[in-house]
Amino acid sequence: MTAAPGTAPARPRSLRARSRRPVTVLGVLGESLITAGALVLLFLGWQVWWNDMVVAASQSSAATEISQGWIEHARPDPLAPVNNDAPVSYGDPVVASAPAPAQPFAVLFVPRFGADYHRTIAQGTGLDVLNSERLGIGHYSGTQMPGEVGNFAIAAHRSAYGGAMHLIHELQVGDPIYIQTSDGFYTYRFRDHDYVPPTAVEVLAPVPNAPGVAATDRIITLTSCNPLYSTAERIIAYGVLESWQPTSAGPPAELIPLIAAQAAAG
Amino acid sequence: MYAALWRILPGPLWLRILWVLLLVTGILFALATWVFPWVDALVTNQEVTVESP
Repeated sequence: MTAAPGTAPARPRSLRARSRRPVTVLGVLGESLITAGALVLLFLGWQVWWNDMVVAASQSSAATEISQGWIEHARPDPLAPVNNDAPVSYGDPVVASAPAPAQPFAVLFVPRFGADYHRTIAQGTGLDVLNSERLGIGHYSGTQMPGEVGNFAIAAHRSAYGGAMHLIHELQVGDPIYIQTSDGFYTYRFRDHDYVPPTAVEVLAPVPNAPGVAATDRIITLTSCNPLYSTAERIIAYGVLESWQPTSAGPPAELIPLIAAQAAAG
Repeated sequence: MYAALWRILPGPLWLRILWVLLLVTGILFALATWVFPWVDALVTNQEVTVESP
């Protein structure tokens, strides 16, 4: 290995000789293990980040379509100003009948989950609803409907598949939980959290945790996984109905900017 | 293994690099579209509801 010009080709030759090293069992095994490790990391990234993001965006835009559809259907000019200053009572809330399985029938708005947060609620809590790219939140069949006396109970993923209830633990007492249906807007106020085993079906009772007792309040119950990224427990969030207004009265004041922005974008 | 695959790729260096990028993109696409959803359904516990035991 002298620096003489005549010996220059020696270097490429030695490189070539090294790259032609025979394939060994140990080499293939090592590279396979590294590949497997990389695949596991890729899968985790896909599950908690990529797919979660893709599904969340898709569920969100599907919810926009439904929400806007109801508003345009009821009000020819969805952007016309609505007077929300005067508190008006619209009487007892309209209660729809239970829809067919997997049928979307409501849109959930929770400003605490994000200024733009809105997701579709469909009938039933199977994976066909919870993992769907156009739905995401499931209504426990057999529990009451929005605005009904009793318990309107819904479930969604805490993480992955759009994580519709990712921030459920962030709810603070008094936070609004809006439900929009084809009839109008139901405003619930968050009351308290509960942490229960996965078998605690009594949280779905018309009076939560008191099965058999006749209901007098209009409750909403959100259920999701706890702790985050685990399914060992369930986190429960309860809310109480505060008011109701028909679609023709426009959305609650807090939702007007979001809904108007969606109308402008659509 | 990967060294052998690299040698199988035809053409000059830039073309080989292009090949590698294409293959990696294709594999990632196949993983995200078919393989990962299938694995997810098999290994992940997706229960978020409260249910009677």
